Amino acid sequence: MRPQRLVQGNEACAHAALYAGCNFYAGYPITPSSEVMEILAQEMPRRGRVFIQMEDEIASISAIIGAAWGGARVLTATSGPGFSLMQEGLGYAAITETPCVIVNCQRWGPSTGQPTKGAQGDVLQAIWGTHGDHPVIVLTASAVRDVFDMTVRAFNLAEEYRVPVVLLMDEMVAHMRENIDWPEPGEIPVFERRKPADPATFKPFGGDEFVPFGTGARFHVTGLAHGPEGFAVADENAARELKRMVGKIRDNVLKLTMVDRYRLDDATIALVAYGITSRPAQSAVDLLRDQGIKAGLLSLKTLWPFPDDAVREVARRVETIVVPELNLGQLVREIERSAAGMCGVIHVGRVDGHLLTPTQIAQGALQQEAVRA
Amino acid sequence: MSEDYRRFLRLNQLPHVWCPGCGNGMIVKSLLEAINELRLDQDRVVVVSGIGCSGRTPFVLDFNTMHTTHGRAIAFATGIKLANPELHVIVVMGDGDASAIGGNHFIHACRRNLDLTALVFNNGIYGLTGGQLAPTTPMGKRSTTSLGGSIEPAFDLVRLALGAGAAFVARTTSFDHKQCTSLIKRAISHHGFGVVDVLTSCPTYFGRMNDVAEPYDMVHYLRDTSAPAHDSACDHGPPPDTSLLPTGIFRDEERPDYAVLYRQKIAAATSERRAS
Repeated sequence: MRPQRLVQGNEACAHAALYAGCNFYAGYPITPSSEVMEILAQEMPRRGRVFIQMEDEIASISAIIGAAWGGARVLTATSGPGFSLMQEGLGYAAITETPCVIVNCQRWGPSTGQPTKGAQGDVLQAIWGTHGDHPVIVLTASAVRDVFDMTVRAFNLAEEYRVPVVLLMDEMVAHMRENIDWPEPGEIPVFERRKPADPATFKPFGGDEFVPFGTGARFHVTGLAHGPEGFAVADENAARELKRMVGKIRDNVLKLTMVDRYRLDDATIALVAYGITSRPAQSAVDLLRDQGIKAGLLSLKTLWPFPDDAVREVARRVETIVVPELNLGQLVREIERSAAGMCGVIHVGRVDGHLLTPTQIAQGALQQEAVRA
Repeated sequence: MSEDYRRFLRLNQLPHVWCPGCGNGMIVKSLLEAINELRLDQDRVVVVSGIGCSGRTPFVLDFNTMHTTHGRAIAFATGIKLANPELHVIVVMGDGDASAIGGNHFIHACRRNLDLTALVFNNGIYGLTGGQLAPTTPMGKRSTTSLGGSIEPAFDLVRLALGAGAAFVARTTSFDHKQCTSLIKRAISHHGFGVVDVLTSCPTYFGRMNDVAEPYDMVHYLRDTSAPAHDSACDHGPPPDTSLLPTGIFRDEERPDYAVLYRQKIAAATSERRAS
C-alpha cells in the first residue's frame, strides 16, 4: 500500500513546497491561506530553512525576491487583498526574472469581500494585475493531490523559466480535506536551478541560468528596463528585452500548458473548467451523459499562458462550450477568443460564495441546448 | 593615505545622475572609505536601494547591487540577508523612501534587529520627482507641493528609529565627512540593525525653494542647522532637545540579532525533531 494521508489543500501546498526544496518563506497572515504559513512556521526551522513573518504582503513578496537573489527557493502565500498588494513585487519579479512562487487562495469579492467564502475572481488579475506587459505563469488546482503536484510544478517552472509563478487556489480547495497518495521523495521530479559554467563572466539577464549574490559575479539587478548586464537601456533595446521576457512564456505555450480531458472524444457539448469548478463539472458531464447528451470536460490546469490549442481543438468539434466559473465571467473571455466563433460559448457563473453544483452546470448547458433547438 | 577607490566603482556607469552640489557623492565616498577600512570582501558586499536620487547609488558601485521598488529596499534586504547571512547587506534609502512609502518596513526592521546597515540619504525633499514635500521637510520650508511653507511637523528619523527599537542609531551630515565615515563604519560593524540618518544637501530643489540655492550655501546650511551632541562621535545618549539637529551616536546596543535568534530556533526545532 502506498502511504496515504488525509490532508487539507493548504497542508498539501505547504508540504509540496518543502518537497520542492523551498527553503525560504515570507508571508503575512490572511484568510483563507494562513494554514500554509502556520505549517511552514513549524516545518521550516525543523529543516534548517528560513521562515519569516513580515509586516505586510508588500514586504513578504519583496523579501522572497531578495531571498531568491540570496540563493533561496522561495514562496509566499496569500489571498485577494494581499495579492492586490503583491502586484508591485510581482512586476519586479517579472522584470528581474526572479524565480518565485506566489500562492493565492482566492476569496470572494473585491476589497475585504467575504474572507471565508471561495471564488475564482482573481483570474485576470493573476495574469494582468501588475502594470505593463510582463511574463507570468498562472496555474490552478482542483483537488488536494492536484495542489501537491501543481505546487511542485510551480517551483519547477519558476526555476526553469526564471519567472514568477502564481498558483491560483481558492478557499474551497484550500480547506477541503481529501485522502491522497503521499508522494515519495524523488517520485515527482524537482528541477534544479541552472548554473553557469563560469560565474565570473555570468550575465544576470538574457539567459536561463541563475547565480545568486555572493558567488563572485558582481552584477546589478534593477526594476528599470535593462540589458543583459542589468544596466538601464531604452528605445529598441528596451523593446527587445521586453519581447524576450514575454517570449519565454509566449513561445513555450505547448510545453507550459497542461489540460485534462474527460469523455471528450464524441462530445457535442464541452464543459471547459478549471480549479475547484472542474470537480462539479466532471459530475455534470456524467449527469448529461445519463440524459443521452454527449458532454465532455476539458479541465485547464494552466491558465497562463492560455492553452489556446487545446481549447481550439475542442471548439472545432463541438457545438457548444459551457464555461462554469465562480465569477461573473473572466476566463470565458479567453475561451471565446480561442473558439473564434467555431462554436457557441456560454458562461455559467455563481458568486454567492458557494460551489456550482453538477446540476446547476448541467442545467446551464441544457438551457443553451433548448435555446438552440 | 591615497587609497584608490576606483576599484569599488563601475567606471563604465559614470557619470552618475546627481546634480552639481548634491551631497550624495560625499556619503558614497564615506561608505567606500568605511568598506575599505573594514576590509570587507567586495564579493560579499550587497548594496540595496529603493527609488529616488539615493536609489541611483548602487548603479555605480562594483558590489552585488540591487535597485528595488520605492520604499521596499529593507524588505528585499531582509530576504537577501536571511538567505545568505555571510553577506554584508547595506541598504541605501532616501528620506521619503524610508519614512513615507517605506515607513512600515523601516520601523519593523528597527524592531526585528536583523544585521543590516540602513543609510538614509536625508535631503528633506523629493529630489528625483522635482522637489515635493517629504515627511522630513522641516515645518515652514517650501517645496513644489508646499509653496507657502510646510504646515506638517517633520519626522525626526533618529527618534523614530529609537522609538521603534533599533539597536544602533546615529545621525551625521554629508558636510561632516570624517564623522560620516566614522559613523557608517560603526553601523556596519555593529551586529544588528544599524541606522545612520545622513543629512545631505539638495541645492537644486531644497536649496532653490528655500534661499540656499548655491551648493556652498547649502553645505553651510547643513553645518549651521546641526550640531554634534557629544564630544566625540563614539559617545552616545538620548538626543538633546535643541533647535539644532543633534548628530552623533544615540544608541549602540549589542544584543542577539534576528539571525542569531533564528539559528537558536533551528537548533531547538531540529533537536525536538530528532527526539520525536
